[in-house]
Amino acid sequence: MTAALSKHFKTVVGKPWIWAFAGAFAVWAATVLYTGGTGAGQILSAALSFATFSVIVGMGQMYVITLGPGNVDLSIPATMTFAGAVSMKIMETQDIMILPGLVIALLCGLTVGVFNYGLIRTLRIPPIIATLSSSFLVQSCAIAYGRGLKIKPPELLAEFTTAKIAGVPLLAICVIALAAVMSVVLHRTVFGRSVLAIGQNSRAAELAGVKVNFIRLATYAQSGVLAALCGYLLAGFSGGASLNMGAEYLLASIAVVVIGGTSVAGGFANLPGLWGAALFMFLLVTMLNTFGLSAGIRLLLTGVIIVGVITLAGGRRN
Amino acid sequence: MKSFVPSSRLLRSLLPAFSLTVILIAIFYLQPRAMSYFGLNLLLNLALPIAFATLAQMCVITVNDLDLGIGAFVGFVACVGATWLNESPLLGVAVLLLCILAYAAMGALIHLRNLPSIVVTLGMSFFWLGLALLVLPTPGGKAPEWVREAMTFKAPGLPTTIYASALVALVVHFALMRSSYGAVVRGVGGNPRSVERAGWSILKAKMSMYALAGFFGVLSGISLIGLTTSADANIALRYTLLSIAGVILGGGEFVGGRISPVGAVLGAMTLTLAASFLSFLRISPDWQIGAQGAILIIVLALRVLINRTGKK
Repeated sequence: MTAALSKHFKTVVGKPWIWAFAGAFAVWAATVLYTGGTGAGQILSAALSFATFSVIVGMGQMYVITLGPGNVDLSIPATMTFAGAVSMKIMETQDIMILPGLVIALLCGLTVGVFNYGLIRTLRIPPIIATLSSSFLVQSCAIAYGRGLKIKPPELLAEFTTAKIAGVPLLAICVIALAAVMSVVLHRTVFGRSVLAIGQNSRAAELAGVKVNFIRLATYAQSGVLAALCGYLLAGFSGGASLNMGAEYLLASIAVVVIGGTSVAGGFANLPGLWGAALFMFLLVTMLNTFGLSAGIRLLLTGVIIVGVITLAGGRRN
Repeated sequence: MKSFVPSSRLLRSLLPAFSLTVILIAIFYLQPRAMSYFGLNLLLNLALPIAFATLAQMCVITVNDLDLGIGAFVGFVACVGATWLNESPLLGVAVLLLCILAYAAMGALIHLRNLPSIVVTLGMSFFWLGLALLVLPTPGGKAPEWVREAMTFKAPGLPTTIYASALVALVVHFALMRSSYGAVVRGVGGNPRSVERAGWSILKAKMSMYALAGFFGVLSGISLIGLTTSADANIALRYTLLSIAGVILGGGEFVGGRISPVGAVLGAMTLTLAASFLSFLRISPDWQIGAQGAILIIVLALRVLINRTGKK
């Protein structure tokens, strides 16, 4: 009996994602202890709301990073801003335009993703440089297109993105479901298995008949689409698109993937970890805010803790 | 018989100089008054700090990493320079030396734990920004007198920036491209395993390149406050992207340790001029970043074209 239990314990502890959740819980507990128990529920609810957005972009980034060393999408912030600005302008606060707005936002993301891979393939440059260069272009488009306008999202969209069921954000429930689907896609479909295979050994995958180029194209396109979805929802959530709305998601999208236990070297991905890491990142900032520290110390500690956690989390599977 | 078609390697190494010439001619055409000592001085004023930041980025790129925190680091150095270095020089110098050590330690951490450099350096950018805000919570401070004098020195003939950039480019060129240890560190970018088997320490090579990056970051921050006379924590955040763009324009590649110090300095100057060029063209500031992206893509595309003709 005890042997079975300890074996069970070992399999749970052995999962890389458990550490992200443990970290999130520890940070939350420290915050609640400091406030003396007040606001424990609200903090969790807010953390779920904000973590949702990191998880959406994190999923796209995770698939890209899983493709192997050097693969990363730095155009996510620009894509979010662009898709947010375009969709808000198209919808012009009308409820009836919510679906067309969503479709157009996703098409923006798809275009950026395909363009990214086009650059990688035709110019034979590392993905970091390709996505960085294209993010300059996309960011400029967003600035020029969204100049001086702060259009409110349609009421229905704003309601949907901020709705809560018994304190749990509706959007978080939807994205948990989406993450479950993406997990199944990763482990049970030809596409997901191909992504993993390319990450483990791209040459072997190609010899085994995986269409490497097509899978890579699809992965970058998917990352663009998810970034666009995130931009669309975030604009709805925060009352309109702004030009720097994506800025913090550059670090967030990569950090949640690494802290969540996905291998940086590629080939091994971990979806549940994204949620743990995203909650951890938000709760960390909340904790530093609650402690009433100055902006300088807050930034400094954020940097130290992120580097520290990545050192612990990233080096395990060496 | 040997044909007179230049090799693709030669063409590639000429590309940075070519881009710089094109943009200079375009500027002189649009604004003939720029073709004077005073005009050139004004145009290239900010080139030196950008050139140092680009060289710092190039050092990190040599060992196949990328530094997304260099802008915040330069900002921190500027804040230290405008406060401690001015008030108590010994403390200031000690802090700046510690910064260089911190960069070496970062390189060691990235290598030993096999971490992605973009995440670590992005995380460190928060660290530097936070430190900078602690040192100088509001914009201000005062650059030391000697730094200001050095940066505003008027050399005979050509603007001082040009002499200084040429000197720095040559020194780094000989240190990295012509020395034996330079070949080893570039080898770490090219084929780490074979460098290791040949008996060299990758850890040491990475640490020295990161330390060198920190050193150039310090030079960038100090030369920057010599021009601006005061500092601000956010003063150099855009240097992160500018420095990466400068290395690409200068013909550096992102894998394989293929770098070009002279090209990187030329690339930094091209980027500095490109900003003036775009405003001479009256292009809306909205498209400034986009134009930089477009320039990068065009240069990378040219490089592919040159490589193709070289293979035929």
